[in-house]
Amino acid sequence: MTRRKRTAGCALRAALILSLLNLSSAQSADDLSLPPNSVYNLQVSVEDQSGMITGLDRYQGNPVLITMFYTSCPHVCPMLVSTIKLTESKLSDEERASLRVLTISIDPERDTPEKMLDTFQRHGVDTSRWSMVRPQPDDLRTITGVFGVRYKQLPDGEFNHTARIVLLDRDGTQLASTEQIGRHDAAFLEAIKSSLL
Amino acid sequence: MRVRVGLLVFAAVVSGYAQASEFVPIPGGEFRSVIPEGEGDNRVAVADFAVQVAPVTNAEFLRFVLHHSEWQRGTAVSLFVDDQYLSTWAGPISLGPESSPHQPVTQVSWFAANAYCEWQNARLPSWYEWEFIAAANDSVPDARALPEWQQTILSWYSRSGGDRIDDVRSGPANYYEVHDTHGLVWEWVDDFNAFMVTGDNREQGGADQLQFCGAGAITMEEKENYAVLMRVAMLSALEARYTTRSLGFRCARQSEIEP
Repeated sequence: MTRRKRTAGCALRAALILSLLNLSSAQSADDLSLPPNSVYNLQVSVEDQSGMITGLDRYQGNPVLITMFYTSCPHVCPMLVSTIKLTESKLSDEERASLRVLTISIDPERDTPEKMLDTFQRHGVDTSRWSMVRPQPDDLRTITGVFGVRYKQLPDGEFNHTARIVLLDRDGTQLASTEQIGRHDAAFLEAIKSSLL
Repeated sequence: MRVRVGLLVFAAVVSGYAQASEFVPIPGGEFRSVIPEGEGDNRVAVADFAVQVAPVTNAEFLRFVLHHSEWQRGTAVSLFVDDQYLSTWAGPISLGPESSPHQPVTQVSWFAANAYCEWQNARLPSWYEWEFIAAANDSVPDARALPEWQQTILSWYSRSGGDRIDDVRSGPANYYEVHDTHGLVWEWVDDFNAFMVTGDNREQGGADQLQFCGAGAITMEEKENYAVLMRVAMLSALEARYTTRSLGFRCARQSEIEP
């Protein structure tokens, strides 16, 4: 199913390859010190809501919450954003300032920077600490594989996918995850607080 | 000098065994999948594609890790492989006496299988593609309704997991000239994590429903087709870094025949 999208992804890919040329040397220097289970071992390029292209490691050095959804999703996906906001509201201002949030689109064909930005504005999230990115279509299975997210595109263009929030430490190691949506998960909140110490 | 001769012998052995298994063209078509694409409709269209006639062997995978040391056991990062990765081999670049070059490689993660296929300018087959070729017996493209077909597969499932795995192509080719879709190993597919079977049929309602965004979770059709559903159940339990003793893979490509 993702394969059908190859042609449409070409324009995006061409843009990404250009920017990758600049990225690769900087990334390999970091890799020497990465833990073997760090998600930052995965070298892919993604485009954010402002059109900027980076790796998944844009927030390396801070604890990060990761989630995956698509902007046109009607029900659960907005709840993912509000669940993260709810969880953040349980943190002190100081704790919150150190935490980053990276949301990854599972619908890179349709989730343009404009749409991702629009979603963020509608939800009133702090774009100095949050970003939404779209990967290259061919990298999507790998990225979902890394975060343990399951997804399937449906014939009508919608998706089935698991709603999951993953906590990364400063080096990109996955510390904890939750699939409790719509309320805050106490154990997960504790893990976040510990990672911010 | 001795070292050099040793290397030459080694290289000869590796290249001799590592004739990458060829691809055969598969004419696509419509068929009934156990996994419906949309609600209530289990007819699925599969486009023309090409697939390797047999699972990737130990020798073929050895050749890959010799070219890509980042995928050698002990070097591959634990983000991408579990601690049993290639554990049937004697060493990171040696098969040893316990592993035949012609046996299908197992103890490989989805990430490793995916990287191998990319190296072959190929990809993993989708579930629908795999299910499509695996529906054949030696004379018809879709033998799934035949009791003998189901019985053959179920009798394989009932064999002991400790048995030695046969070499690839030990069994007959099927209608598509493809070997070993059943009876040898389980196989990774590209979209292995598209199955969301758990938490759906067993636990109706409640918080688990919230795991699924979109048009509701998948329900499996053709429940009488137990032999294939076993595959789905196994794949739905896997994470991309897992490896098992009986899980291998083969690669696929878009069809080389221009429409």
